[in-house]
Amino acid sequence: MPASASRPNPPARPGRTRPERPPSRLSSDHRRRPDPATRQVAQGLGWFSLALGVTELTCGDAIARWLGMPRAGALVRAYGVREIVQGVGILGSRDPTPWIWARVAGDGLDVATVLPGLTGDPRHRANTAIALGALAGVGVVDVLCAQALSDAPLAPSERVRADYRSRSGFPKGIAATRGAARDVRPPEFTTPEALRAWA
Amino acid sequence: MKALVWHGTQDIRCESVPDPRIEDDRDAIIKVTACAICGSDLHLYDHFMPGMEKGDVMGHEFMGEVVETGKGVNGSLRKGERVVIPFTIICGACDQCKRGFFSVCERSNRNKHLAEKAFGHTTAGLFGYTHLTGGYQGGQAEYVRVPFADRTHIKVPEGLTDEQVLFLGDIFPTGWQAAVQADIQPTDTVAIWGAGPVGQMTIRSAILLGAKQVICIDSVPERLDMARAGGAITIDHTQESTVERLNELTAGKGPEKCIDAVGMEAHSPRALEQVYDRVKQAVMLESDRATVLREMIYVCRPAGILSIPGVYGGLVDKIPMGALMNKGLTVRTGQTHVNRWTDDLVKRIADGQIDPSFVITHRGGLEDGPELYKTFRDKKDNCIKVVLRP
Repeated sequence: MPASASRPNPPARPGRTRPERPPSRLSSDHRRRPDPATRQVAQGLGWFSLALGVTELTCGDAIARWLGMPRAGALVRAYGVREIVQGVGILGSRDPTPWIWARVAGDGLDVATVLPGLTGDPRHRANTAIALGALAGVGVVDVLCAQALSDAPLAPSERVRADYRSRSGFPKGIAATRGAARDVRPPEFTTPEALRAWA
Repeated sequence: MKALVWHGTQDIRCESVPDPRIEDDRDAIIKVTACAICGSDLHLYDHFMPGMEKGDVMGHEFMGEVVETGKGVNGSLRKGERVVIPFTIICGACDQCKRGFFSVCERSNRNKHLAEKAFGHTTAGLFGYTHLTGGYQGGQAEYVRVPFADRTHIKVPEGLTDEQVLFLGDIFPTGWQAAVQADIQPTDTVAIWGAGPVGQMTIRSAILLGAKQVICIDSVPERLDMARAGGAITIDHTQESTVERLNELTAGKGPEKCIDAVGMEAHSPRALEQVYDRVKQAVMLESDRATVLREMIYVCRPAGILSIPGVYGGLVDKIPMGALMNKGLTVRTGQTHVNRWTDDLVKRIADGQIDPSFVITHRGGLEDGPELYKTFRDKKDNCIKVVLRP
């Protein structure tokens, strides 16, 4: 057995520098590296926030009446401003995590505002139920997105990134090892002889 | 003794549990000298797999020294011998064991009625891997009871270190089987999804088996570094389209062999697909995310082979059966028939063809286990593989 086969690989170097502090959910951190799907969902929620905010701002009184809360027009407009701020925050920041969590908190506020309508004017209960259903649906997406952003792996900075570039696992080198096991006889559950490719 | 004990979702503790004892004539007690945290342990850590109970001891990748044997072991093992324990418990006498299909041993799962309900038939008993597979205590502990010990072991030759042979219990033969069942030919391009420990072993196995080109898909930079070190071309799926790049590397034909070393917790780079799967999981309409399977079926060259060592536990959705059928793809999967491969693999380690210890990035004692589970799960601190020394 060659000496290199028994020699353990050199230990990784992650401990050479102080570990970086994990980011808070409530602050942006450019090290977060969410997958593209999560990034796209977050961006979609940003545009949704803007659209909803503009609608609430311009149609606050009508929305309030539809929900059976005719005196809450100003409140709906205020929520519209909140949505616009959140939308701008999501679309304008490198890391939208705290803004998506703000949307989750906003969903809670919206539900708390609309919920009493279920026991209010019977003519508007159906509208209230529709609004709550929509809030629940968007809320689920908000929570999943916020959670995915918070759990996203951190981009390893060059400062802490360990160097695994020499860890081939082949003591004799890749070129010398490639095909060393070509003689392995396939077991019966690999391609039957009759189904093998011709030539 | 000390052991890593499952208490619930993301709650693993190092605590005292009763010492194991001989319960059957074919049992042996092993003093664990090294154990590893496996990627599939994370499915238990995150509670994706059903069937765990509070108090279960974790771990199915371990090795150690024989300290006690039952009468039925009949000299197959002697006190003081060093052994790696395969994660699949095998009786060695049932029809499946006789055919070499050890991972579907018909006798070793003592909860076979549960497995039959879940899967239609029983599969082998596994160490530390839910009550569906027997509820056996795992090897992330100071001592472990090994049932059917006269067959459930791999003897370690003199001169090889623990770290060289530890992975014979799981990830090395798992990567090997994934590559062998892909029936790799010298003209093949092999695409491997996932650059975790099993993915790394699969890359090395594909190289050993002589693949013309090996491509690995992941998004974690240090894992891609290690994949390149092993001879793979890498694709960071967060930076480029996997399908476009694979077609580019294969002159538009697609890889002949596709291997899923990710399994049930895959993340899609496509927003709609990711939201779809997460919402369906949230409302319990599917249990596993089939992102990699869908991509493999789509991109694989017609008449190619899909090999699936990645763990799936339940139901997936939106499998493109039309593409699978019309492209004439072959699907091969399964838990690893560990002992089918290990005699050969031990020789390859001893011969210096491969040293599986390359994958180890973190080491610690059992007491470091709970924190290292978190580090491994979150891919923090450049963690790829953790080895614990009880």
